[in-house]
Amino acid sequence: MRSIILQTATRYLLPILLLFSIFLLLRGHYYPGGGFVGGLVASIAFVLHSFTNGTDATMKLLGRKPLSLIPIGLGISAFSVILPLFFGLPPMTGLWVQEKFPLIGLIGSSLFFDIGVYLVVIGVVLTILFTISLTDD
Amino acid sequence: MLFTILSGLIVSLLLLPFGRMLKSKQRILLVVLPAALFLFYLQYIPAVSSGRFLLQSTPWIPSLATNLDFRLDGLSLLFALLITGIGTAIFFYARAYLKDHPYFNRFFGYLCLFMSAMLGIVLADNIFLLFVFWELTSISSFFLIGFNNNDPASRKSAITALTITGMGGFFLLAGLILLGNISGTYTISELIHSRNIIIHHPLYPLVLGLLCMGAFTKSAQFPFHFWLPGAMKAPTPVSAYLHSATMVKAGIYLLARFNPILGGTDLWSNTLMIAGGFTMLYAAFHSLLRTDLKSILAYSTISALGILTFLIGLGTREAVIAASVFILVHALYKATLFLVTGIIDHEAHTRDITRLAGLRKVLLPVAIAGLLAAISSAGVPLTFGFIGKDLIYEATLHAGASLSFILTALAIATNTGLVAAGFMAGIKPFSGKLPVEFEKIHLPSASLWLPPLILAVAGLIFGCIPGIAGQLFSLQAANAIFGSDTQLHLKLWHGFNLVLLLSLATLAAGTFLYYINKPSGKKQHFIQKFNPLSPEFALNRFANGIFGFSTWYTGKFHNGYLRSYHLKILLFAEMLLAYKLWLSGPIKIDFYGLAMLSIYEIAVVVILIGALVMMILTQSRLTAVVSMSIIGYCTCLMFVFYSAPDLAMTQFTIDTLTTVLFVLVLYKLPPFLNLATTWERYRDIAVSLGFGVILSLVALQVHHEAISTQTSEFYANNSYILAKGKNVVNVILVDFRGIDTMFETVVLSIAAIGVYSLLRLRLKTSEKE
Repeated sequence: MRSIILQTATRYLLPILLLFSIFLLLRGHYYPGGGFVGGLVASIAFVLHSFTNGTDATMKLLGRKPLSLIPIGLGISAFSVILPLFFGLPPMTGLWVQEKFPLIGLIGSSLFFDIGVYLVVIGVVLTILFTISLTDD
Repeated sequence: MLFTILSGLIVSLLLLPFGRMLKSKQRILLVVLPAALFLFYLQYIPAVSSGRFLLQSTPWIPSLATNLDFRLDGLSLLFALLITGIGTAIFFYARAYLKDHPYFNRFFGYLCLFMSAMLGIVLADNIFLLFVFWELTSISSFFLIGFNNNDPASRKSAITALTITGMGGFFLLAGLILLGNISGTYTISELIHSRNIIIHHPLYPLVLGLLCMGAFTKSAQFPFHFWLPGAMKAPTPVSAYLHSATMVKAGIYLLARFNPILGGTDLWSNTLMIAGGFTMLYAAFHSLLRTDLKSILAYSTISALGILTFLIGLGTREAVIAASVFILVHALYKATLFLVTGIIDHEAHTRDITRLAGLRKVLLPVAIAGLLAAISSAGVPLTFGFIGKDLIYEATLHAGASLSFILTALAIATNTGLVAAGFMAGIKPFSGKLPVEFEKIHLPSASLWLPPLILAVAGLIFGCIPGIAGQLFSLQAANAIFGSDTQLHLKLWHGFNLVLLLSLATLAAGTFLYYINKPSGKKQHFIQKFNPLSPEFALNRFANGIFGFSTWYTGKFHNGYLRSYHLKILLFAEMLLAYKLWLSGPIKIDFYGLAMLSIYEIAVVVILIGALVMMILTQSRLTAVVSMSIIGYCTCLMFVFYSAPDLAMTQFTIDTLTTVLFVLVLYKLPPFLNLATTWERYRDIAVSLGFGVILSLVALQVHHEAISTQTSEFYANNSYILAKGKNVVNVILVDFRGIDTMFETVVLSIAAIGVYSLLRLRLKTSEKE
């Protein structure tokens, strides 16, 4: 689809959507949102970009295969699961930094868990969509 | 004791990546491991033979009552010495035997793994720990049998062995759990004190049966014996180590270990004596009809295992003594015979007993080892086998007035067969005239012939000093099996008595049988006629039956048509729900209790129905997809109206992406075809209407059910206190049920990798064209 209007819109929409997805990810612990929805919104942003500029351009923008986001995401989630073990606590115990951060609020291990989910979701959705759109027969 | 087991596991893991770096001269280092462990366990002989034992405990999973508890008593020490001692000989031998094998490192990796696992079995004092090691031996045995993995017969034998022993392990686990539940303890040394509770418990026969299934499958008792001859596809050092000297004795060890806990009842004795007695006679008979050296040895091993089971079942003081001595006797001579066979196979490239003869002229030290092992297995005086045989007869003669005659006859018949089989394997290949084809054989390096010679000579030495050997190795083992002092004292000479007479008669009869029984291909064919009656045949029939059933089932239910899956899933759900609704009695619908419809809701429903009608009637796929997404968005609005913002957001994004996915796939689909017949359409309409009606009924019925709010209240109250989050949905996802989420993301990843690899693979094949 080569539409100038869509192309121009996407140029602005992509960063806004990505920002929105991070906003959803970070607020998830207090208000509606979270890693899963955030990841879906981010993948919609990239899908929109690939519709207007072609899948190859999006791949270039990402700089890496979306498949590689999956192990990174799973790794971050798994890390937050086993992190408490180093403090002698059972796995998955929520660990929290005492002080509040500006804009984000409290940071805890469950935030890293959610970041992992976020990345896995982006990786999974983009892998499936890009693989299908790049397969031509 | 823990480190002796861990060392083998660590070496095993290290060997896989680094084993190839070992030059052939450095490979002697591998022998250091079993040799060091052997010396380590030798130092405990003085302490253990005076009746003491060692305990070691390290917490592992205390919440599951599984700890690294180890206990070294007489029985464990006997087995530990066998495992490490014979292990040293095998490692030394295999180093030369598989000199140029490309997978040398794998072989020794598996062997080290096995040695650790086997040590684990005999040292474990916790029943779950024992089970873990038990399964590890099955797995390492699987790898070793299938070591020549480009041979289909080898792979098949490996799978058969794993199926049988794995099934046995499953039963064993069930038995151990029951045993633990009945007695309330999972430690073997504590179980002994609960003997009275266990044997009078109504579940005792079940526990016994399950445990026996584990032991019988592992120790190749009839009707599970057939995996052992198949296991001879493994390289010969493996057959010597796993499938005659140690692993197959794990079942015997289990029976011996649980004899003071479960034994002493009629049920126990009868089960073991019938299974063992039948196996020993059956296998001894079979060993006489084989022409392959390893087959002969496999069947005579099964027979010996039968004798051991039988003796433990008999359970008298004499029987237990006989068993504890025979374990050592058999391990020494049978490992020797296997190693001798390995050398013959290695040099003459055949194991066919009808072709082999006169090899003593070219392989003299091997011939000596073979001869010594054969006479030990025959029970010629001054060998350790003689002592073992005497003890067996003593045990059967003292079994009680009515039984002793039958049991002694059974033992004589079995032993006569074993004498002849031992001669066939240990003497036949070396006697007579050397055929021309074998004249060029040279004696291999000492690495090959020294281990069997040492083992054979050890048998001879023990036979000359039975008193000391018995005191050092067997006394405490017998006490551990018997549960109290057996006052074992072995003597070389008992005077002229009935036992000596029987022993000599057996020897004479066996020698006679050896001369008249000429193994030939014809006899092999004759025995193959009975194959349809064998348990192996039954297992194959059963396996083929399963294949047939799964082919039929796959064709019916997994045919790859999405519409067929949907139809079946919906129908099944409908039946379940309808049955449940019917059970709960008449349907009551309280229309007045329902909330009033607002104008937004009516608008959304009107759009929804419009999209639905559009989707059903359209001839264009694109229209259908868009209608579907309209329906999705309408549902999403409903979630918004009923304050479920998280759900609405997710539904919205998912719907968007699904539409995108559909559009992407749409381009690649063939043109729209009408595949369904009219009848199928009516059927589909009926099924979907039914589903809609039933779900609506369920939704309306829910109002009448008392809803337990306990769970939701817990989450609402605790999400901020325990997890510092105000969004309960998110807190449940990332904290309370975080492990679920973790695995869900893993499942998603697997799906993505699946799509990726399937489409990429197809791309590659099309590229090839």
